[in-house]
Amino acid sequence: METQIREPSHESFRANLPRRHVVSKIWRAVFRVSTVVGIVALILLILNICNRSFGYVAVESPFNLESQSLQGVPLEELPKEELLALLEENVSRGTFRRLDREKPFEQRSQEEVYVLLIAEVGEPKIVKTWTLYESLFQRARVFAQAQEEFPDAELRFRSWINWDFITSQLSSEVEKAGIRTAILGSLWTIAITILVAFPLGVGAAVYLEEYAGDNPINRLIQTNINNLAGVPSIIYGMLGLAIFVRSLAAITSGAAFGANGDTAANGRTILSAGLTLALLVLPLLIINAQESIRAVPNSLRQASYALGATKLQTVLAHVLPNAIPGILTGTILSISRAFGETAPLVVVGAATYITLDPSGPFSRFTTLPIQIYQWTSRPQDEYRHLAGAAILVLLILLLSLNAFAIILRNRYSRRF
Amino acid sequence: MEIQIDRELNSQADVSGAHLKEPLDLRRRARLLETLIESWLFFSGAISILTTMGIVYVLGRESLLFFASKQVSLLEFFTKTQWQPQIGHFGILPLLNATLLTTFFAMLIAIPLGMSVAIYLSEYASMRTRNLIKPILEILAGVPTVVYGYFALTFMTPLLRTIFGDNIVQIYNTASAGIVMGILILPLITSMSEDALSAVPRSLREAAYAMGATRLEVGIKIVVPAALSGIAAAVIVGISRAVGETMIVALAAGAGPNFTFNPFEAAETMTGHIVRISGGDISYATIDYNSLFAIALVLFFMTLSLNLISQRIVRHFREVYE
Repeated sequence: METQIREPSHESFRANLPRRHVVSKIWRAVFRVSTVVGIVALILLILNICNRSFGYVAVESPFNLESQSLQGVPLEELPKEELLALLEENVSRGTFRRLDREKPFEQRSQEEVYVLLIAEVGEPKIVKTWTLYESLFQRARVFAQAQEEFPDAELRFRSWINWDFITSQLSSEVEKAGIRTAILGSLWTIAITILVAFPLGVGAAVYLEEYAGDNPINRLIQTNINNLAGVPSIIYGMLGLAIFVRSLAAITSGAAFGANGDTAANGRTILSAGLTLALLVLPLLIINAQESIRAVPNSLRQASYALGATKLQTVLAHVLPNAIPGILTGTILSISRAFGETAPLVVVGAATYITLDPSGPFSRFTTLPIQIYQWTSRPQDEYRHLAGAAILVLLILLLSLNAFAIILRNRYSRRF
Repeated sequence: MEIQIDRELNSQADVSGAHLKEPLDLRRRARLLETLIESWLFFSGAISILTTMGIVYVLGRESLLFFASKQVSLLEFFTKTQWQPQIGHFGILPLLNATLLTTFFAMLIAIPLGMSVAIYLSEYASMRTRNLIKPILEILAGVPTVVYGYFALTFMTPLLRTIFGDNIVQIYNTASAGIVMGILILPLITSMSEDALSAVPRSLREAAYAMGATRLEVGIKIVVPAALSGIAAAVIVGISRAVGETMIVALAAGAGPNFTFNPFEAAETMTGHIVRISGGDISYATIDYNSLFAIALVLFFMTLSLNLISQRIVRHFREVYE
């Protein structure tokens, strides 16, 4: 009787088994492929950036100085009119007009025009760029194309990321443009962010973990912090624009302190940017610091109280020293988030084009991500290469920050 | 006699009180310092409340100014399909539509991929694979969004154009921005879902294995339902993140409001519009300036309610196992 009942179910179980195993295997493959897709995305991202950061460029001096001097008369001795004609021929009309506006050509001497000609035309110009992929795998095509389109040009392999790129300031010329101003701007802004956010964040975390009783106000603060962590960064930008840039312009532009900051900045300064970013990272920093403080075992606090220490003494001498590696790690991670933040700073009013290094909290600013944004949003290929190189610098900086945080965590974290 | 004794006792108490005077003073001073520092700590905590109040005040005030203007009516703001401040058309629908379109594409990528990776990590992967993949996801999450914007513009858009043809796919389009946004949100959904899946106790899995279930059946029929609240919360947080994401859409989705459902056309999202307009030289107290705050207010309410829903789901539907 019993076997009769078991037998059919057993059979259907058997019959189903291969199908179930096949389905299971198919889905395992799907899950695996998804994971691989995620990894491939990261690899593609990095390859794409490297692809634009290196590659062949065709460099051309449209005005070949040596061949000109071979025509009998050396270039320096040509009359001014001919030099002017050469200049007009070889620079764009806009540049020519700009030069005329700076100082009318009638007022310039022959020597001045000659210097101008050398500076504007004599410098080699990048006329065409190729990506790393093209440079490596389609070399023949690159060479043929260069030969055909730019017969006078010299083909060179260029690393867009190089020492000059990091140390020179912004320029409208692709060959000379660098990111020094942007890096300094980023560092200034982040310094202010840390100065403001770290004491406030640790203070709030200590308050919530050590002092706050379970009452409505404290619960509200806690919920509020969790909600603030989910507010889009651009909203913080709007807040910064209305409060720091507009309402507190007297303070953020430095006028209230008699600082002779850039008068054109009117509140759109490093100080405003730093404060905005500080508000942005504060919730993250508090949540991280709270976790580290919570991880300090209660026995330590009780031992301290038993010896007659006050609450403050307990916090300062026992809780914080034990929580500080975790707090620092959390701080570094929040700061690296602020370092890559772009949108709020665009809203707060980063300068679109400055070549002046920031000199203090009251200067106008640009930061590395903003520079990347501006270069990327230009349609010309050359700027995409510059943006790619700047992204490499940014990613290397961020990776080293994160690596530092991980080392800190592994080295000093204690387990109780 | 008794009274005398009492007095004696009192005087003794006085003497002992005088003796204790010094340590008592010390304690009082320490308490003063503690109150001072305690109030600083409370102030730090209260800053977060001030921030929220600041956001609500600023967005509310400027939006009120915007809606108080004669050019704008609240009804038109939510129903008109044109956003052209120059000629007085303020309908948020094209911007909202583009935001929803990019969010949809992001979720189309991020939800299936994120869930699959989470299930793979928690149910299938060995310890070694997990230790290899989790840092990769963390790196992916730590890349600044402007870099993703660059990726969308210089890789995803050309890819889409090669697949679908140059005349169908515009240089700026919402599909490319949405797909890359999905890659950005993938680590967020993965890590939140994975936490939820890992929190399901082993005993449930072992019971299912004992009944002869395959690995897939354990994963899909036992673990995922048990962790559903956490997964739903992850998805909603992901949507909220996608709605508020700015730099990818600012770079890759296009400039200029455009009411379209075609994902291969350029269309500007709410965040993209705010960034583009405020990035230029904008003068205060103009209707353009105020309109940005009205958009930001809508954005703020959208993300806030999504976040609140996500928190509520976690709190109310969480299965608690001992």
